[in-house]
Amino acid sequence: MGKMTKNLFLMLVILTFMLAGCVGSNATNNESDTSDEKGEKGDTVKVGVLHSLSGTMAISEVSLKNAELMAIEEINEAGGVLGKKIEPVIEDGASDWPTFAEKAKKLLQSDEVATIFGGWTSASRKAMLPVVEQNNGLLWYPVQYEGMESSPNIFYTGATTNQQIVPAVSWLLENKGKKFFLIGSDYVFPRTANKIIKAQLKAEGGELLGEEYTPLGHTDYSTLISKIKAAKPDVIFNTLNGDSNVAFFKQLKDAGIGPKDMPVLSVSIAEEEIRGIGGDVLAGHYTAWNYYQTIDTPENKDFVEKYKAKYGEELVTDDPIEAAYFAVYLWAAAVEKAGSFDVDKVRAASDGIEVQAPGGKVKIEGSNQHTWKVVRIGEIQEDGLIKELWNSGEAVKPDPYLEGYDWAKGLSSGE
Amino acid sequence: MKNISRSSYALLFIFLLCAPLFLHDFRVALLAKFLCFAILAVGICLIWGYTGILSLGHGVFFGLGAYCVAMYLKLEASPTGIPDFMGWSGIVELPGLWKPFANPYFAISAAVIVPVLLALVLGYFTFKNRIRGVYFSLISQALVVVFVTLFIGKQEITGGTNGLTNFSTAFGISLTNRGVQQVLYFITVGFLLLTVAFALWLTKSRAGKLLMAIREGENRVRFLGYNPTSFKVFVYCVSAALAGVAGGLFVLQVGMISPEMMGIIPSIEMVLWVAVGGRYSIFGAVIGAILTNSAKSFFSESYPDFWLFFLGGLFILVVLVMPNGLVGLGKSVGEKITSRIKKKEKEDVQHEAGPYVS
Amino acid sequence: MKGGAAMEIWASQLFNGLSYSSFLLLIALGLAITFGLMKVMNMAHGDMIMIGAYVTYSTQLIFSSFMPQNMFDYYFLFSIPIAFVVTACIGWILEKSLIQFLYNRPLDSMLATWGVSLILQQIARTIFGAPNVAVKTPSWLDGGLQIAAVTLPYKRLFILVLVGLCLTGLYVYLYRTAAGRRMTAVTLNRQMASCLGVNTRKVDAGAFALGSGLGGVAGCALTLLGPVGPTVGTNYIIDAFMIVILGGIGNLKGTLIGAVVIGLISTFVEFGSSATIAKVVVFALIILFLQWKPFGLISTRSRALD
Repeated sequence: MGKMTKNLFLMLVILTFMLAGCVGSNATNNESDTSDEKGEKGDTVKVGVLHSLSGTMAISEVSLKNAELMAIEEINEAGGVLGKKIEPVIEDGASDWPTFAEKAKKLLQSDEVATIFGGWTSASRKAMLPVVEQNNGLLWYPVQYEGMESSPNIFYTGATTNQQIVPAVSWLLENKGKKFFLIGSDYVFPRTANKIIKAQLKAEGGELLGEEYTPLGHTDYSTLISKIKAAKPDVIFNTLNGDSNVAFFKQLKDAGIGPKDMPVLSVSIAEEEIRGIGGDVLAGHYTAWNYYQTIDTPENKDFVEKYKAKYGEELVTDDPIEAAYFAVYLWAAAVEKAGSFDVDKVRAASDGIEVQAPGGKVKIEGSNQHTWKVVRIGEIQEDGLIKELWNSGEAVKPDPYLEGYDWAKGLSSGE
Repeated sequence: MKNISRSSYALLFIFLLCAPLFLHDFRVALLAKFLCFAILAVGICLIWGYTGILSLGHGVFFGLGAYCVAMYLKLEASPTGIPDFMGWSGIVELPGLWKPFANPYFAISAAVIVPVLLALVLGYFTFKNRIRGVYFSLISQALVVVFVTLFIGKQEITGGTNGLTNFSTAFGISLTNRGVQQVLYFITVGFLLLTVAFALWLTKSRAGKLLMAIREGENRVRFLGYNPTSFKVFVYCVSAALAGVAGGLFVLQVGMISPEMMGIIPSIEMVLWVAVGGRYSIFGAVIGAILTNSAKSFFSESYPDFWLFFLGGLFILVVLVMPNGLVGLGKSVGEKITSRIKKKEKEDVQHEAGPYVS
Repeated sequence: MKGGAAMEIWASQLFNGLSYSSFLLLIALGLAITFGLMKVMNMAHGDMIMIGAYVTYSTQLIFSSFMPQNMFDYYFLFSIPIAFVVTACIGWILEKSLIQFLYNRPLDSMLATWGVSLILQQIARTIFGAPNVAVKTPSWLDGGLQIAAVTLPYKRLFILVLVGLCLTGLYVYLYRTAAGRRMTAVTLNRQMASCLGVNTRKVDAGAFALGSGLGGVAGCALTLLGPVGPTVGTNYIIDAFMIVILGGIGNLKGTLIGAVVIGLISTFVEFGSSATIAKVVVFALIILFLQWKPFGLISTRSRALD
């Protein structure tokens, strides 16, 4: 008798927990949709928003989530997409790549969302890629990245290498000097980026003085700075990631190296990151992006105002935030053109879709599902904003495999 | 006692076998992932719960097992014979390290052998030098740092932070096929069953008793004429092998592995699963791994902004209120109920027998 | 000429190494008490560093909004004691509510403090937001001392001095004051100390608060060199543990030597190769070294067996 009770109790506890974990959250969407189109139910359509809300990457990704939600809200206020309101399903990728894969799977299979907006790191995109391909889902990835990829199930609204790194190197060679020192965090983006830069330097008459990588989360840069001092480069090309930038720039300044001596051009520091480092530390150094908060257009003024009003006056907008924001609009426009939420139809309709983004017109390039963007080089100011020094004028065609550059031949095939 | 544990196991496995009938495909895939973790948890239970050695480095063994299988899958998914990421790093010829992994049988056996070899070498020296307690735990953590940094740094060979991903087939069979996923699920259940049976057999055996003796008083075991070192190395290797198996299955289920997953934080979390379930019980380790991970995905789905509060609170609660985990809690509550019933029965008996006994 | 340049590099690398050592010692000092002396595997120590950093940030905000402009430069001097007091209080509360139940279970204390660490990080994220915040360096710490061709940044010199002060203070407290001696007594032999009339409960709480407070001071100083964000503690916690264990548990001198050794090896290996290799080499050396000397550089002798 007693044994039975004990046993039953234990099993009851366990089964409750298990069911809570396994079934609990999808109780609401158990094959109740009769519509044959993804994510559509009644007068709403579900979309996934998948960013790291916890862990180390939350630093950057939370603001992307906010930008996407703001775009969704605006579209809903204007009547929705195809007459349906967008209902965001928010998930936490927790800065953990298998979690991104797991949550993407959950969004596609269990919530049956029409599309996903998400990701920041390349690793999270690489984790989601097979999931969206296998389930024929859609992913909108809003961050600049190292190129060499074009999945039919992903739209890339951030810059690829020829819209950021390649023009930045050319600009530096023309204006700041020939001797380069490359530093980066030890992971995929910096290593691939530096490989491209090295090939470009060789072709365009630059000189490489050094190339250094530090582990993610590294905080002591005194030795690296000694090496840079000894090499005496004209410019430092910086692909460090996240926290490391704070340590690097603070210590660079302490070592008495200013932008006048050796300017640093960074491709991973936008207005949001500058807030965490301090404009006084960074003033005078350069960045390359496709959007700055200071862009002087009515659309951008409106965007910045709305973003600040919604999430806080002290916040700033930057390139990934803008890319996340207009990604929602691009998707909505593609859906409207396709007249359907169906992934294949949306993809077919996407070529040449154009929206007026805060930073200017953006257009989807159908052949690789990247976006045409204007390249901008800017100088960081004391107040933490960026002053544009140069732009490419017209939008640059995305070329993720750098097929349009002779010197890049063989980079992707590994010759 | 025996009946209870037997029927608990029976219920658990019946639940697991029936799960695909009433769970959404996605949930089944999730559960399959948790079962891989459960296999690993059994290994940790053996070394920590039974032998009293806390390893905070099981992520490495898990990762090595996973990488071995992933290398095979990656080669099979690369039409040119060279994985795509190597191309970007300018490698034209497949590195020697990768070559044997084109053979699936080699890769699968390596998934067990490589972790075991590492555990053997490290365990032999560490235990021979009588390093124990927190010293061993911290050494195992240093091991994690070494491996993760190496795997991230040697990007041209390991795929760096991106890890290995985007697989298509194993033995020529597509991995994404729904049927294949189901078969994989049942294979995982089968492996878990084997693991549990093996662990139970081991703990019931003489060797298992010695492991517990080492936990209670290593020097006394030594004085009794046994050599604790070899037993400790043995159990360390066993748990490394289980972690390797778990890693291999994990890659087949989830379709990716990256250095992040062998890091410090996952390694500590693995121990926490066992702590939540009940460290002195194999059954506890299994349900701990399943439940903690279920709770993690449940909380993070329902309250993405606050789930860390729940998770953190759970760990504190477990340590403070139920040091022997859910199993311990179940047992003590069960005992309370039993004793109350017994008391009542006694009272009833006394009542009936009242006049005669005094 | 060439010899001169080489000397310069050696000199500046030596300074870098010592500076890195001081940085490591600062993050390990508090842990040397909570883990080294009290045997609590305090995974939340990294978060005490994080709290110290946020306290500095908050002090800066308060100074910039409520204090006259000319006072702003001195906010940093105030933030050090404030960070110490705040984190010490949090440490004390933590000890009273959680740690005191776990003294006989060092490995359990790790699990519980891991939970605490998750919660503290989430609290920080809720209050200050997920992105990093910027702490402005006071102007008197900008720039550096120029000796020949070697620049010694004032910030690094300041941290060296701060570590020196913390270490001296701790040494005097532990070995020269009655309260400190009680603390040492309890860590050496709890039962005996208790028998001699030491209130071990009170001493425990005090020691934990002290260790946490030192973590706060470290956090404060780290804002000069590194980032300030909710997860910054996780960057440092493993390094801190390694230093304490390398030096030998329960021994401040060992912790000091451990930090200097790791700091120097790591900077010199990094100079000759890369930061990634330096990290691998340092951790591999720790594993090998502990094989040779299982109880660290300086071990407390004990005849106790099991």
